[in-house]
Amino acid sequence: MHVEQISIFIENKFGRLAEVTRILGDAGINIRTLSLADTSDFGILRLIVNDTEKARTVLKERGFTVSKTEVVAVEIPDRPGGLADILQALDADGINVEYMYAFVERCGQNAVMIFRFDETAKAITTLTGRGFQILPGERLYNI
Amino acid sequence: MFFNEDFETLPREALRALQLKRLKAMVARVQESVPFYQEALKKAGVNADSINSLEDLARLPFTYKQDMRDSYPYRMFAVPMEEIVRIHASSGTTGKPTVVGYTKKDIENWSELMARSFVAAGVHRGDIIHNAYGYGLFTGGLGAHYGAERLGASVIPMSGGNTKKQIMIMQDFGSTVLTCTPSYSLFMAEAAKEEGIDFRELKLKVGIFGAEPWSEEMRADIEGKLNLSAVDIYGLSEIMGPGVAIECHQAKKGLHIWEDHFIPEIINPETGAVLGEGEEGELVITTITKEGIPLIRYRTRDITSLTYEPCVCGRTHARIARMSGRSDDMLIIRGVNVFPSQIESILMSVEGVEPHYLLIVDRKENLDTLEVQVEVGEHLFSDEIKHLQALSQRIEKQIKEMLGVTSRVRLVEPKSIARSEGKAKRVIDNRKKA
Repeated sequence: MHVEQISIFIENKFGRLAEVTRILGDAGINIRTLSLADTSDFGILRLIVNDTEKARTVLKERGFTVSKTEVVAVEIPDRPGGLADILQALDADGINVEYMYAFVERCGQNAVMIFRFDETAKAITTLTGRGFQILPGERLYNI
Repeated sequence: MFFNEDFETLPREALRALQLKRLKAMVARVQESVPFYQEALKKAGVNADSINSLEDLARLPFTYKQDMRDSYPYRMFAVPMEEIVRIHASSGTTGKPTVVGYTKKDIENWSELMARSFVAAGVHRGDIIHNAYGYGLFTGGLGAHYGAERLGASVIPMSGGNTKKQIMIMQDFGSTVLTCTPSYSLFMAEAAKEEGIDFRELKLKVGIFGAEPWSEEMRADIEGKLNLSAVDIYGLSEIMGPGVAIECHQAKKGLHIWEDHFIPEIINPETGAVLGEGEEGELVITTITKEGIPLIRYRTRDITSLTYEPCVCGRTHARIARMSGRSDDMLIIRGVNVFPSQIESILMSVEGVEPHYLLIVDRKENLDTLEVQVEVGEHLFSDEIKHLQALSQRIEKQIKEMLGVTSRVRLVEPKSIARSEGKAKRVIDNRKKA
């Protein structure tokens, strides 16, 4: 049920982001979606790509600090209050969202959100129990 | 004006005779009471009786900071603990500080030398001394305090920090003398300006600044912004504390070192050879009156030169030039001594930190800043910002707790800190250009 995400530590230096995306591009890796969290000194680039292992290897070879994280992709009805319903359900079960971001493509009529939870397994149980659709990684990588 | 005219203006011949007498007596004391010196003197084949002239000093062994560390805490003391009335300590290169003990007589001598220093700087009875040197294990605060009382001036024991309060007290109490680090004086002047207070309007007339290296340009800057006469003071806890040497306000050209208590030498730090008058090298000091911890040829690691030329002020004591640097890698950050190895051991105690770090020291708005760059390898990396920020804060907190300096930890990409084949470059000090 998980989706694999790679995270890359990037200093706030000119051209670093361009370099990461160029390395991936040259290796033939397609970025499915991304988010960038930043502070004044550094940023963390989080990516979902079509080939996680390859992306990790090529970036490590070029000296980047890379880690793999498990995140959860959830389908969200594309209507007012769609996201609020999900967050409310999580809140009711005491599950924290560490961070989240939107997937670029739609899945049918639904939007897709990527979540990082403090308790992934519990979150999945809660969401499926309430009838939310969770997208497995294989589907997401190739949407 | 002198505090102790007889001694401060003693003709050089008499001064040298006094030094020899005191040197022999000191060596006689330590060869009896300090096992470290017993052994070191034996090894060098010297004892008190074989010292016949001041030139024989060069035959005596050096004492290093490491020797004091190895004797932690009390093994360098030359008197029983019943005789020790005060203990101070300064930072060492590892976790343990260097400990010094003072007898009642040592405190009296220190107070007198500090009182002499105040007078040399142009301070009198009736002055109100605003003492912003830190009180505590650091010798600065209490050393200046006792000297001020010995002189009979009024002393305000402010200690460091709390700048707004410092300014208010200085303004309301009519302080006439300021003692602190030179950079802090400028920082206070800037802070006062923001409050709408012009330091030039205050009653300050003398500033006695030390505990960190500064330049003639900085003196001009301070004198202009604070409207006072700024003099340089030198001291180190191993030798005594503040008041080992001071500039006279008449010449402000070199710091008189109180030669009836200390014998200064300048040596080549590589070979240990004694250098001549005017030659630049490492300052080595022998304490000839200290009772608690007498030191023979202590390697200060400060680079300077010595002159015996008569001074316009009338003092006959030699002058050392402004410190131009260090013969080791010690940094002085806001008056606090910091060795890169201390920061390294703090970093290494944090799980996952790799031994690649870089210290960047700078001076911004007149205050020293310390940036510690730490490489984020896979073991440290978390994809959540809060964990990385907590890591930085944890290191900053430990540096503050262990070393007493405020730092800013900056996480950088792996391999972004230059590797070198020989000795790694660990420090970039941008203050030197200032």
